[in-house]
Amino acid sequence: MLRFVLSRIAGLVGVLFIVSVITFGLMHSVPGGPFDARALEKQQLVPENIKRQLNEKYGLNAPVWKQYTLFVRNAVFLDFGYSMAYPNRTVVGILKEQWSYSLQLGLLTLLFSTAVGVGLGIASAVKPNSILDYLGTGVSILCLVMPSFVFAILLQVVFSVWLGWLPTGGWSSPRHLIMPVLANSLAPILVLQRYTRASMRDTMKANYVRTARAKGLSKNRIMFIHVFKNALTPLLTVGGPLAAGLIVGSFFVESIFRIPGIGFYFVSAIGSRDYPMIMVTTLVWTLIISLAYLITDLLYALVDPRVTLVRED
Amino acid sequence: MAMNATAIERISTKARAISLRLFWRRFCRNKLALIAFWFIIAEVIVAVAAPYIAPYDPYKGDFLATWETPNRLHWLGTDDLGRDVLSRLLYGARISISVGILSQVAIAVVGVPIGALSGLKGGRLDYVIMRVIDVLSSLPTICFYILLMVALGAGFWNLILAMTLTGWIGIARLVRGQVLSLKKTDFIRASRAMGGGTRYIIKKHILSNVMTPVIVSIAIGIPGAMFAEAGLSFLGLGIPAPRASWGQMIGIYQAYIRTAWHLTVFPSIVLALTMLAWFLFADGIRDALDTNSSFSIVD
Repeated sequence: MLRFVLSRIAGLVGVLFIVSVITFGLMHSVPGGPFDARALEKQQLVPENIKRQLNEKYGLNAPVWKQYTLFVRNAVFLDFGYSMAYPNRTVVGILKEQWSYSLQLGLLTLLFSTAVGVGLGIASAVKPNSILDYLGTGVSILCLVMPSFVFAILLQVVFSVWLGWLPTGGWSSPRHLIMPVLANSLAPILVLQRYTRASMRDTMKANYVRTARAKGLSKNRIMFIHVFKNALTPLLTVGGPLAAGLIVGSFFVESIFRIPGIGFYFVSAIGSRDYPMIMVTTLVWTLIISLAYLITDLLYALVDPRVTLVRED
Repeated sequence: MAMNATAIERISTKARAISLRLFWRRFCRNKLALIAFWFIIAEVIVAVAAPYIAPYDPYKGDFLATWETPNRLHWLGTDDLGRDVLSRLLYGARISISVGILSQVAIAVVGVPIGALSGLKGGRLDYVIMRVIDVLSSLPTICFYILLMVALGAGFWNLILAMTLTGWIGIARLVRGQVLSLKKTDFIRASRAMGGGTRYIIKKHILSNVMTPVIVSIAIGIPGAMFAEAGLSFLGLGIPAPRASWGQMIGIYQAYIRTAWHLTVFPSIVLALTMLAWFLFADGIRDALDTNSSFSIVD
């Protein structure tokens, strides 16, 4: 067990290293540096000598491999320096502050989509061909074919423009949360509804369920004690990565509803060539997603005794 | 003995001849998939014929008719430069469909041989390929797309390149798994025992057996790629202006939703309908090919 975790963590360090090389390489292959981008945004020309001084200050005139080794050396001590687009804020500070918005959005989305997705999934498994079953299928088709940004805009048209009930963007009162959470929930609802339904149906065919029925247990007891608990295990495999995907923020929902979360900052960091910001965000995302997979595997072994993490041969 | 061999030959060719017709018959049984299929065919025809049927030039603005809501002259209205929205939607269909199909073909061309080699050869090559796949799949997909598109620059072929670079992983993994389990089957061992060489086995047995899941994965991948194109164009990283793409139209005009709703609503509807059709079509193909999977859209 411990060996499994240690080897996975060692692998993770390797993954982070390679991802950092790829990101660094891609980032520096883009024409234009941070100071060109800022000048373009402010519609002014930066004199050559000032640009040279700025580049020297941030170490951007050194060869790329030297910049990379410097980055790695500082990264070991978790020192990522100051943002290039917001010179008075550290990268870690920006992440800390902005991530709370993405985290709120992600957790609310997770709560809402779990309630709707798992609920509809159970309902359609327990009562196939009922109204709830068709509703579940209808909702999941809607979630499948609607890109979140299209759905977000349609929500804005209906609830903000036509009805005038909800604000089009921002993140200050509970009324601001409704539309972003709805738009962000599409993919998770689809996945959770489909997997819950399929997994419940598979479990309902198991022999021990037939035995429980033969013993004369009540239908509710069978459904919730025998079927649901066992059907949850496969859900874990999709649930972990899903949760990770939600807490890292959303490019589309955050930019449409003007939520100052991390996805929004990442897109603007790419536009302004904010090198440290891009690097750190990518690495933290990779870390979160890899850790989510690891935790999912561990939980899976914990919940289902048939699963072993160590190879037996 | 000789008679036996011809008998087997006849049965096997017969089975194959039936299978295409059987596929079509099974496909037709799924009415939704059939409707989706005809919708897609119609859309492809419209996309190909766009230059002939579009009522206006999609790139030419009419500065006397800007921001018009739907009317008799411009059925779906005009945008900020007075360009006809219907014509731009028709041209957008060309982008969407060609990105969907071309990217999946490219992904299959790259992914299938890599997966097959990895599964067949095993050993060190397999180890290296699997580690590359591990690293690439631990990167957040959209984040990787965005970085690639910024590095490559927005454009049609760069979009396909970025999709191929990120997308071959899935199909390679799929093919590798198939090959690994096929390698152990009796009919391949029998073929080898009868003196079939590696190349013969790949061509005769492996490729034909791997094709089914690959076709299903391509069919599902097409709407996925259209989705990605729309998303990247929405962020301004996909198809650059002035070429029309649905995602790009939605992205540019979402800011004017209060004053000109038709500029975002129509592309949104077309995009959603197209996605629906392709997903239903892919679902029908999967059912007709009878690969078992518990994750289905409509059943």
